[in-house]
Amino acid sequence: MSTILVQVIVGGLLLGAIYALFSSGLTLVWGMMNIVNFAHGDFVMLGMYVAFVVYTLLGAGPLLGAPLAVLVLATLGVVVYFALIREIMKGPMLAQILGTFGLALLLRYSVFWWFGANFLTLPENIVGGTFDIWGLRIQASRLLAGGVALLVTLGLHLLLTRTSLGSKMLAVAEDSTAAQLMGIRPDTMQAIAWAIAAGATGLAGALIATFFYIVPTVGETLGIVAFVTVSLGGFGSVPGALVAGLLIGVIESLSAYLIGAVYKDIVVYSLFLGFLWFRPQGLMGKM
Amino acid sequence: MRFKNILGLLCAASISVLLAGNASAQQTVKIGGLFPLSGNAASTGVHTKAALEVAMDIINNAHPELGNFPLAKNAGLAGLGGAKVEVVFADNQGSPATGQNQALRLITEEKVAAITGAYQSGITLTASAIAEKYGIPFVNGESVAANLTERGFKWFFRTTPVASDFAKIYFDFLKDMKAAGAKTDSVAMVHDNTEYGTSVATVITSVFKENGQNAPLDIAYAANATDVQSQVLQLKEKKPDVVIMITYTSDAILFAKTMQALDYKPAMLLADDAGYSDPSFIKAVGKLSVGAFNRSSWSVGPPGSPTALIAEMYKKKSGDEMDDTAARQMQGFFVLCDAIDRAGSTDPAKIQAALKATDLKPDQLMMGYKGVKFDEKGQNILAAGVIIQLQDGENYVAVWPKASAQKEPVLPYKGW
Repeated sequence: MSTILVQVIVGGLLLGAIYALFSSGLTLVWGMMNIVNFAHGDFVMLGMYVAFVVYTLLGAGPLLGAPLAVLVLATLGVVVYFALIREIMKGPMLAQILGTFGLALLLRYSVFWWFGANFLTLPENIVGGTFDIWGLRIQASRLLAGGVALLVTLGLHLLLTRTSLGSKMLAVAEDSTAAQLMGIRPDTMQAIAWAIAAGATGLAGALIATFFYIVPTVGETLGIVAFVTVSLGGFGSVPGALVAGLLIGVIESLSAYLIGAVYKDIVVYSLFLGFLWFRPQGLMGKM
Repeated sequence: MRFKNILGLLCAASISVLLAGNASAQQTVKIGGLFPLSGNAASTGVHTKAALEVAMDIINNAHPELGNFPLAKNAGLAGLGGAKVEVVFADNQGSPATGQNQALRLITEEKVAAITGAYQSGITLTASAIAEKYGIPFVNGESVAANLTERGFKWFFRTTPVASDFAKIYFDFLKDMKAAGAKTDSVAMVHDNTEYGTSVATVITSVFKENGQNAPLDIAYAANATDVQSQVLQLKEKKPDVVIMITYTSDAILFAKTMQALDYKPAMLLADDAGYSDPSFIKAVGKLSVGAFNRSSWSVGPPGSPTALIAEMYKKKSGDEMDDTAARQMQGFFVLCDAIDRAGSTDPAKIQAALKATDLKPDQLMMGYKGVKFDEKGQNILAAGVIIQLQDGENYVAVWPKASAQKEPVLPYKGW
């Protein structure tokens, strides 16, 4: 195998891990309360702007930017839950969809108004440049994001399956009335779920900002990939999102390299639709 | 119920106040400005808005310091008794369908006398079709897709040089560079799949073929990419001597970053304006694109000249240096206002007739065109441009042709 082909595959895997990273929050919110958060891409965007502000004000990289993004977005997640989600969940499905969509536009244009429309970037070497291993080029920033993606997936999976907090959250997801009778507060659990999901998304944004451009509409570009990743992985399944992200990343990169970039979406989406035809619940989702 | 009634009365009252206010105001000429004020090209749209606001200032207020620059000397349009020009901005959101709806709104609700816009060729295409249907002049200063003036439209006028002009310029430039010892035999084009990207790529291919050179390697991709590693690796494998970049800002930034990450530099990188001219591109990744060639029709000119003064006003308004795209849009707007001034009326047919009779000389323009004169298709036949180079990663300088060059072209492409 030529070095370039190896580079394509490695690049695809890292890209896929990043797709997984910013999809985990979306799948978690779905798994907890059957809500599709259309503002998800804009949560990623906010995470990117937090990283940017931290860099411009304090000159600090993701070591400080990422935890702060988690904090800011987790807080926002709780606020959004109590101010918006809790109310619209009582309404019809359409109200839920349009509610989060409205939130997306509100966030996007607030950032637009405050920061302007200019494209921003963080310096190239903010996470230690690029490694060259026998001609194979690996960006430290992407490697960091990929590594964190694995940790976040593992962490969320363990939280849901091995801790009492996770069990309580799942209990609320399954039957909130029954959970209430057992002494679990559905409101608290769901607010926690939103905090975790939004925090993970903010983390993703802060890490993606180290190698991507930052602009108020970036959520539009990234959001669609998150939806595909989540439905391929199975709505609500965190490990599913990881596997799906890696798959999409590698298939995208290989098809763009071998057939042509303009066709890669055709390849990815026809495989995606074909797969859902056989397995509508996704790779690891439940029916 | 009672609250609703009061609200209704208040609304009615405020509307009548607005109407009355309008009637007593001094006569203004309303022109629709249709640009991407949101969406992925918003950074360009916001710069355009600043450029047109500067143009309005020049037209509506007396600016004797600009000398003989058309419409500058006195306040307002002399041909309409000093009427002020007002641009009604509309957001095309980067979508051809929205652009079309907004054009319709500008014409039927805002009752504009003419429209200028809409930046992306694909949106200019749909929006100008509405203007054509309603018989409203549409003046475009910046969209380069060839087919815009090939539709037999009677109300569409375009001042910018188009893809075929630039394809010819690229070809001649590369020939000169080859004569000077550069390798330019294999060429690759990287372009998105929008109206702009595909049409420019098609025109470049045909100009190269007509002149007996091999068709360039074609690397197409879907606009607003999340990742461009594979495209850069294709280039790395094929090793073309020259890479021509035909991309909007978001992708241009991603390409510059990815080329650096994958350590890929072509010997020569030639950009087709668009993303590479966006000030936010230069701020974000100019230092990773040192030595990039680009096309332009804008040059600041010597201190104290009208162009230098306009550039200064623009910088004060937008906070950024004037770029080729904003300047071409501003020029298109001036040409439109000049026609309205000569028409002495806001009647669309009279403006159309005045546009057809346009004959502006180089010293009446802010751009480096040989003049503005429209053919029967509405295309400016005197449009021209030069090749510029980002030699220091911060500012472009003119390098070709020799007659307009400020500096010698520097090879090879340095990157970062």
